[in-house]
Parts: sequence; C-alpha cells; structure tokens
Amino acid sequence: MRIEEHPILDFDRGEKITFFYNGQEVEGYTNETIVAALHAAGVRKLGASPELHRPRGLFCAIGNCSSCFMTVDDEPNVRVCVVKCKQGMRVEEQNGRGVVRV
Amino acid sequence: MLINDGIPTKEDLAKVMPSPERLAAGPVSIAECFQNIPCNPCVKACPRNAITMPNSINDTPQVDHENCNGCGVCVGKCPGLAIFVVDMTYSEEFALVKIPFEYVPVPEVGQMACGLNRSGEEMGWFEVEKVISGGKKNKTYTISLKVPKDLAMEVRNIKVGGYK
Amino acid sequence: MKQIEILVVGGGPAGLCAALAASSLGAKVLICERDDHPGGQLVKQTHKFFGSEKQYAGDRGFQIGEMLLEKVKADENIELWIDTTVLGIYEDGIVTCEHDGEHVKIKPERTIIATGAAEKFLPFPGNDLPGIYGAGAVQTLMNVSGVKPAERVLMVGAGNIGLIVSYQLKQAGVDIAAIIEGAPKIGGYLVHASKDVRSGIPVLTSHTILEAYGKDRVEGAIIAKIDDKWQPIPGTEQDIKCDVICLAVGLSPLTELCWQAGCEMAFIRELSGHVPIVDDYLETTVPGIYVAGDVSGIEEASSAMVEGRLAGLSAAASLGYGKEEAPELQKAAMAELDELRAGPMGERIRMGLEKVAAKGGAK
Repeated sequence: MRIEEHPILDFDRGEKITFFYNGQEVEGYTNETIVAALHAAGVRKLGASPELHRPRGLFCAIGNCSSCFMTVDDEPNVRVCVVKCKQGMRVEEQNGRGVVRV
Repeated sequence: MLINDGIPTKEDLAKVMPSPERLAAGPVSIAECFQNIPCNPCVKACPRNAITMPNSINDTPQVDHENCNGCGVCVGKCPGLAIFVVDMTYSEEFALVKIPFEYVPVPEVGQMACGLNRSGEEMGWFEVEKVISGGKKNKTYTISLKVPKDLAMEVRNIKVGGYK
Repeated sequence: MKQIEILVVGGGPAGLCAALAASSLGAKVLICERDDHPGGQLVKQTHKFFGSEKQYAGDRGFQIGEMLLEKVKADENIELWIDTTVLGIYEDGIVTCEHDGEHVKIKPERTIIATGAAEKFLPFPGNDLPGIYGAGAVQTLMNVSGVKPAERVLMVGAGNIGLIVSYQLKQAGVDIAAIIEGAPKIGGYLVHASKDVRSGIPVLTSHTILEAYGKDRVEGAIIAKIDDKWQPIPGTEQDIKCDVICLAVGLSPLTELCWQAGCEMAFIRELSGHVPIVDDYLETTVPGIYVAGDVSGIEEASSAMVEGRLAGLSAAASLGYGKEEAPELQKAAMAELDELRAGPMGERIRMGLEKVAAKGGAK
C-alpha cells in the first residue's frame, strides 16, 4: 500500500510503469526502488537463503546488507533496495546464489 | 516513572505547573520538558522573552508564567511537542487546551475530537475551537480544544475520526 | 586519474557540512556519495531537530538535508558525484571508486571520511524472517518511497531512533503494538517517548523479544519481561501479533576505509564500536586523513554536522587556506560540540572521547 496523505511529506513518485515479478505484472513508479514497489504490492519474500532455503526479505534498504538479492533481467544478485523500477523489467525471486545465464 | 514508561508523574508536573492564581488569570503555557537535552528553539520562539535557559541549551526551559500571555507560538515551535497552553478562563464549564498536532487528517473547527491523556487513554470527545497551521515549512498544527475544566490538566493529545 | 584537493567520502550531514566548510575557505572539494540523493539519513528524518539555531534546530531533518544539498550544488568549489561508491584507499593515497559504472582512481591531497554507520542486528530465533527490518529501512520505505511499511509493528529499542521511527510510523497510519527496550530506562529523549505514549504507543522497558514466528513472513513475536540480569522472567511472555518487527538496537561506525588506510583504531564501547583515534581537529593518525560524523563514534546528526564543519575547516587549513579566519572558526565549532555534549545525555560521548584522548588522540 502506498501512503496517500502524509502530515509532513509530499511524495514525487515519478511516472507510473509496470514490470514483471515472477512473471506477474506489478505496478511501480520510476522514482521508486524495486523493493518499494514490491512491498506496496504486498510482496515481502524476495528470495531464499543458499543453504537452508529460508525465506529472505528486505533488511537495510540502503544497499548495505545483501538480504534483498533478486534476479533482474537475468542479472543475478541485484540489490533491489537501491535499484529503481523500469518499464517492463523482469524481477525474479532468487533461490540461493544467483545463476548467471549465458 | 517518566524514565521507565514515558509518562510524567504528578511530581514531575508539579515542577512546571503555573500557580493556581496564574491559571485563574488567563491562558498560560506549560512546558512539559523534564530532561536536560541540548535544545532551545522555544527560547527564540517566545515573542515576550518569557522562556529562558539561564546556563546553557542543556537547561530545561524556564517559563516566566507572569510574563507569558499564553499566545501559543512556542506550542508549534517546540521540536519535542512538549509545550501546551491552558486557558482556565475560557468559560464557566470549559477550559481551552492548545495542543501541537502532526497527524492526518487535521480536524476542522467545530469538529469533535477524542482527547487523549499522557498515557494515550481516551478521555472523551471534545469540540475543536480553533485550528492554526504551522505553515508550509513548520507544518505543526496547533489545535485548541474545549475540554471540561477538570480534564484541562489531563488532555494532551487528540485523535481525529470515529466520532459517533 | 582524478586530482582533487579534498575528497569527502559520504554525502550525509557530516560530509555535506565538511565540503561546505572546506570550500568556504577556498579549497576545491569532491564529494563521493553512494546514493542517488545526497543527505544520508537526513533525507528520511521528518521530525524537527534539536540543538540550537547554529545546527538548524527546529527545522526538520529532510529540510536541513535539502538546504545543505542546495548550497553544495550552488558552490563552484564543490564537485558532487552521486551513485558513486568508494571502494578502497591505498598506501600511496589513491582512492578508488565505482562512478557511473566505471572504476575511477582519485588522487586527493586530503581525505575526509564521513561514511556514517550501519544498523546493528539482534540474535533471536526467527530473526531472518521477511518483515524483520532495520529502523532505517522502515524509514526509507515510508518517508522516501511513500510506501506503508506495515499494518502493525513491534518496535525493538527505545533509543532516539526507536522512539522517533515509532512516531513516524503512527504518522504514516501504521499501528504500533509496543516499543520494547531491554534496559530498565528509556535511552532516547523523554519528550520523544512522551509523544509516542500519549499517541497510544506503550513503551515497555525491561522487555525483550524471545522469538519471531510466521510462515514465509513475520506474523508475530513472543516478548517477555527480563530481570536485572537480563534473563526472561517465566510467565511474563506475551504473544504480539504484528507483520513487521523493527530493530532499532543501535548503530556501528562504518570504518572499513579507516582500517584500510591504516588509521590507528580502538574499540570504545561508548562510541559504539571500533573508531579511529583522532586529534582535536579530527585528523586521524594517518596524516591528511580526517573523519567526521558517526564513523568516529555514534552521536546525533547535529553533532555530525558540526564535526563535518570542523573536519572541513581543518583539512582546508592544512592546505594553507584561510590562514586568518580558520583558527577562530575551528574554535567556534569545537565550542558548539562541547555545548551539544555538555548535558547528561552527552555523558556517554564525553566518556568515549576521553578514552580516545587517553589513547593519544585529541591533545
């Protein structure tokens, strides 16, 4: 859910776009990070850990911690907390270490 | 205790309370600021120089209640939202309490708002008498609420919406 | 190779103030900032700042950030590289960074490290579930992206960050189950705590989180009261339903560059971790490398801004700029820091800085 009315802040979200999350169409805005758009769409689980395959979500949101790695347009290990949404991009849940598809 | 639960005790409040005579004489501000933190915008805010910190910005604000006329400028300026104005002379039945407010929606004049005490407990529904915007930059509203006189020293926040 | 007189690593409150101060004496400055929007943590601070007018008290954090950024952008002596991550600092003084997707080398005459801090984590079962967020992440979601971070939050930590972020969550329309704090006393400013409590948010001191539970995401937490040895008291457990558990349990200085540069470091508990030993002018034991802000010890943003100013003045003065005015300006900055740290809330910092001095730092 996005915040529509705030006592202190106005949000400049940019342009509305759509992208794909695990093949499913999701709405986002160009000034939003991928994780913000996914969070607004109710997605909390972003991937799974390499050994025990436990669910992984956001933690730091500033590109520090690597908890939010996803595969974006076939590029693995993208920190989706610091990458902005783009029209048509394909964002996929990543199970463990990412795989580079050649 | 304030340091354990964030709720000032009667003893804490007694230290900053204006005298009964002063309260009976008209609106006056009460700074519910009990900790020595480095902060002084209230001193600059007061147009009558009624708020002072004699030694340093780490003092708690000293309000000269005799000099204060309860204008309420400090209410919207205190970064800790810790200053309130109480007017016990508003009417026979009601006191007016000026409260800093930073939530949405902002209440309208005449609307009923739920008064909350320092513990966040609901004290009843009271009429909003006045709404002053802090302006584009400051953004803190000052809400004047009509509360029964016996609750004037209890109500310190409002919740808007849900009135039946 | 990029040549510059003063390199500032980090465009937060300390870094921006360092650049402005150095430039005001005439030095040429380059700021490298990893994010696309400089301001550091100021960007997400919607509350009014404390301190005095010298540190812009009464203005909201994000407004201070915007004001500093405008000044930096208008300053002809300052070059600002965003989306730029500094990668390393080498024996010959070369600093490398990733800038515009390229590996770039910088040769600065002086370097000011203002890299800030990272959030601490807390061990408990289930702490890796999606929905366990650092307080900074919650702020980024709601105050930068405008996304509601949760429906109902359990806040862990009653320092200033926990208290402030709880209030901000309430402003964003999020319900707060409680703020829990292991210590018997509230660590943050009591005016923040009182503001939360009268908005209906209980602050529970001497309480800890025992575990988080949920399938694929946080669905709740078990909390309990703890005794004076920090052990959970049986029978005091409570089941708190929430979809986010927000950790506000302190910060650690981000000192990788200081270590790599060979600065002498010391573990100082009061400053929240390993910090570089500095002198009164914030120069480390490596000549020409200065630090400012949380990297040299966790403190409020107001102090970070003044430290930035002091480090900027000192670095510029060491290059021969501002021979006339620098000493007075440095003295004024030091006096402001003393004033901000003078009260009981500054005691921890004062003790930490004494330890730094005892290790041969500040003279």
